[in-house]
Amino acid sequence: MQHDEVIWQVIRHKHCSYMAKIETGIFCRNQYNVTGICNRSSCPLANSRYATIRDHDGVFYLYMKTIERAHMPNKLWERVKLPVNYEMALEMIDKHLLYWPKLLQHKVKQRLTKMTQMRIRMRKLALKTREVVVTTPRRQIKRESRREEKAIKAAQLDKAIETELMERLKKGIYPTEIYNLSDSVFNKLLDREIETNDEVEKEEEEEGVIEYVEGDDELEAEEEEDMEDFSGLPSKESYLEGDDHDSDDEDDDDAEEQVVIHKKGRALKKSDDNGKAKKKPRVVVEVEQEDADTRTSLKSLKL
Amino acid sequence: MGFKRKKGDGDGEEMESEGRGKSSFNGSEKRNVILPSMIKNKDKRSKVYAKQKHEKKVEKQKKIRARDAAEKRALELGEEPPQKMIPKTIENTREADETVCRPDDEELFADIDADEFNPVLRREITPKILITTCRFNSTRGPAFISELLSVIPNSHYQKRGTYDLKKIVEYATKKDFTSLIVVHTNRREPDALLIIGLPTGPTAHFKLSNLVLRKDIKNHGNPTSHQPELVLNNFTTRLGNRVGRFFQSLFPPDPNFRGRRVVTFHNQRDFIFFRHHRYIFETKESKQSDKGKDGVQETIKPRLQECGPRFTLKLVTLQHGTFDTKGGEFEWVHKPEMDTSRRRFFL
Repeated sequence: MQHDEVIWQVIRHKHCSYMAKIETGIFCRNQYNVTGICNRSSCPLANSRYATIRDHDGVFYLYMKTIERAHMPNKLWERVKLPVNYEMALEMIDKHLLYWPKLLQHKVKQRLTKMTQMRIRMRKLALKTREVVVTTPRRQIKRESRREEKAIKAAQLDKAIETELMERLKKGIYPTEIYNLSDSVFNKLLDREIETNDEVEKEEEEEGVIEYVEGDDELEAEEEEDMEDFSGLPSKESYLEGDDHDSDDEDDDDAEEQVVIHKKGRALKKSDDNGKAKKKPRVVVEVEQEDADTRTSLKSLKL
Repeated sequence: MGFKRKKGDGDGEEMESEGRGKSSFNGSEKRNVILPSMIKNKDKRSKVYAKQKHEKKVEKQKKIRARDAAEKRALELGEEPPQKMIPKTIENTREADETVCRPDDEELFADIDADEFNPVLRREITPKILITTCRFNSTRGPAFISELLSVIPNSHYQKRGTYDLKKIVEYATKKDFTSLIVVHTNRREPDALLIIGLPTGPTAHFKLSNLVLRKDIKNHGNPTSHQPELVLNNFTTRLGNRVGRFFQSLFPPDPNFRGRRVVTFHNQRDFIFFRHHRYIFETKESKQSDKGKDGVQETIKPRLQECGPRFTLKLVTLQHGTFDTKGGEFEWVHKPEMDTSRRRFFL
C-alpha cells in the first residue's frame, strides 16, 4: 500500500506514458485499465490489487492481479475465461471478486456490460453490408483526367458519328420513304438540270422569277403521290421547323414543301447502288432570291 | 580546359571539342555538336544555342521544301508522288493485343452465341431497365437519372431505400427486368455506374466522369421517344466486344429509323464516350472547279444535333455473375499497374 502511494505520486506528478490528456478529460491508455480514466483508484500500476476484463476475438476474460504475486511480473495477471451468457458471467465475477473492494467489483461489472453491448452491436453490423471508404490517390486521378482529355481530342466524335451514319446510308439500311434514294437516271437528269439552271442563273438577274423547266402537269400528280408517302412524318416536320434550319432563305413556310425539298435534295447523291424503282422524273424549279449569292436549295412549287 | 574561354567565337569552340577527344573521328555528325549546357559562359552559351536552333530550323525547312518539290514534280510528270509519311499516333502505335477480335474467329462466334446477351439481342426478349441510385442521393443525381430515363427506352426508376444490392437484384429478376443500373454518387456528383445484367448477367462497374446534362449543352435538341439507333465504335478486343454487346443489350434491338435518334458509345483509349444525337441528312453545295468542270456539286452530309446527356465511362471491373464482390468471379479488374504503358489498352 505504501508502495502504491509512492508509485502514484511519481506517475501522476512526473510522467506516465499511458496518460492521454485531451480537452474533455484525462484518460489512461493502459490495456489493463478498467474504466479508462486516469485516476488514483483506476490506475493498474498504482494499485497492487486490481481486476479488469479484456476481450480477445469476442471472448471475454477476467484478469486479476494480487499483491502476493507483485514480485513476479511474469505471473502477475491471473486470467479466467468468462461465459458468453451475460448473467452467468456476472455470477462468475461475483465468485472471483468475492471479498474485493466494492468499487472494483462495480467497475468490473460495468465494463462487462459495456463490452457485451458492443459485442452484440458489432455482430449486427457485420451482417449488414456497409459501404467501404476507399482512398482516391490523387496522382492517378490526375493522370486519368489528362488521358481522358487527350482521348477526347483524338476521338473526334462528331466526325466519327457522321462517317458512321454516312456509311449506313450508303449501305441502304435506312428506309426509302424517308430518304428518297432515287437512281442514277434521276441523278443524271438532275445534273443536267443543275447545269442548265446555272446558265440561266447567269443570264437573268430578276428577283422572284419562277421558271418552269419542264411541264408541270406531271408535277402535280407526282407531288400528290409523294404526299401520301409522307403521311407518317409528323416528327420530321416538327424537327425541321423546330431548329435553326435554313428556312429563312425559303419563300414558303409550308411544311410539306420543306419535306419535299428534303427528298429531292437527298436524291442527288445516290450515284451508287440502290435500285429503288421510283423512276419519276422530277421537275426542278428554281426560285431566285434577293440576297442569296449562291443557290441554297432546290425547290419545287405547286402552282 | 580553361583555354576554351579565350577563343573568341563558336567555331573555335567547336574545334576545341574535337581536339578534346570527345568526338571520335568517325565522321558522324552527332559527335561534332556541342551541348550548349557544357559552356559555362552565359553569353557564349546563348549564342551557341541560338545558332544551333537556327541551323536546325533551316534544315527542317529545306527538307520540307524538297519534299514538296518532289511531290509536285512527280504529279506533273504523271508518276506516283513519293509516299507521304504517316504521323505516329497512339492508336497507330498501340501495343499488339492478342485478344483483338478477328473477323473469322470461330471461337468468337461460339462465344457470342453462348453469352448472356444473346436472348435480348436476338429479339427474343425486349430489354427492361431498372435504374436506381446508391443510398445517399445528391444534387446532380436525380437530373442525370431523369435524362437517362429519357435516353433508354423502357426504363424505370425506383428510389433506393436501404435495401441491399443483392436484394434489389433478386427483386428485379422477379419483376422481369433485363438490366439494373445503379448510379453512384460521390461528393454530390454521379461518379460511377454499375450495370448489372439480369438474371445471370455480368456486372460491369464503370467510372463516370465529365457529365454534361442536357440543359447545359448549347443548342440542345429534345429527344423523342422513338427507339434509337446504336453506334458502337472501336470495341476491338474480346473484352471490348463483350462490353459493347452489354451496351447493346440495354437498348431494344429494332431501331426506328424514322425517329433519327442515334446513341453512340465510342471507345477511345479505354474511355467510352457516350453521346446522344438527333441527325438529319442534308445536301450541301460545294463548288468544284477541278477537272475543268465548273459545276455546283451537291453532297449529302449528315448533321447532328446533340440532345441528352454527355458523359465518359471507364471500365473498372467486369464480373461474371450478378453483383457479389466477395464471392464473385471477376473477368477483368483494373489495377493501377496496368496503366504503366501508354500504348496498351484493353477495350
